[in-house]
Amino acid sequence: MPDKKSLTFVLMDPPYENARTTTALRLMDIAVRRGHDINVFAYEGAVNVAFSKQSPHANAVHGRDAEQEDHPNPKDWVAALFQEAEKRGSRLDWVQCGLCVDERGAGECIPGLRRGSPADLVKFTETSTNTLVIPTK
Amino acid sequence: MSNYLLIESRDPFESNEVAYFYGLAKDLAQAGHGVTLFLVQNGVLPARPSVQAEAVAAVARAGVEVLADDFALRERGIAADRLAVGVKAASLEVVVDRLAAGHKALWH
Repeated sequence: MPDKKSLTFVLMDPPYENARTTTALRLMDIAVRRGHDINVFAYEGAVNVAFSKQSPHANAVHGRDAEQEDHPNPKDWVAALFQEAEKRGSRLDWVQCGLCVDERGAGECIPGLRRGSPADLVKFTETSTNTLVIPTK
Repeated sequence: MSNYLLIESRDPFESNEVAYFYGLAKDLAQAGHGVTLFLVQNGVLPARPSVQAEAVAAVARAGVEVLADDFALRERGIAADRLAVGVKAASLEVVVDRLAAGHKALWH
């Protein structure tokens, strides 16, 4: 792809809290489908976006079982991003802030992510075409 | 001169800071920079005709391209053909393309 670029996204929000998480994942999905390489630095609550213990659940109020509820879990969206990147020949490098992971006991994440530090974010910003920081408040 | 991409995710009815972000967009455009203000999430709410629509229209009159995420508009039942003056519906793809083009990006 002649116009292949490298984009860095910096995420701070925990999952299930704010539309920022959804918008960030939408942006990454578009970028991957464009064939761009993607770097993600997840810190603070965002280290739980890909927490592997997320699970679908029933909704007794609505009288629906887990399958009917079809509850979306962001870990599955992240996994789908990795699959799409592989299909498109893009590189998706998702770094979890190690200190943030330890603070939250969020070490169990889906495959494909790696543990890192703010030093990785510095490298990302130095080597990327562009960086978008999506902060919490 | 540079190109700027300002992404507004907040509702001006909820956050007074939005006016400052609009002001930043206007100031950058008046300084000769290329500026896009992309409204997303609840940031699209002033794109419907309302008391806040004039603030967005003023940004557009200053030379800023004002776009509203078509997905966020649909989520909120805001018709893309009845937007405030100066606002156009657009795909989120615009954001990715402008990031890839090196526009200086700020998220609020």
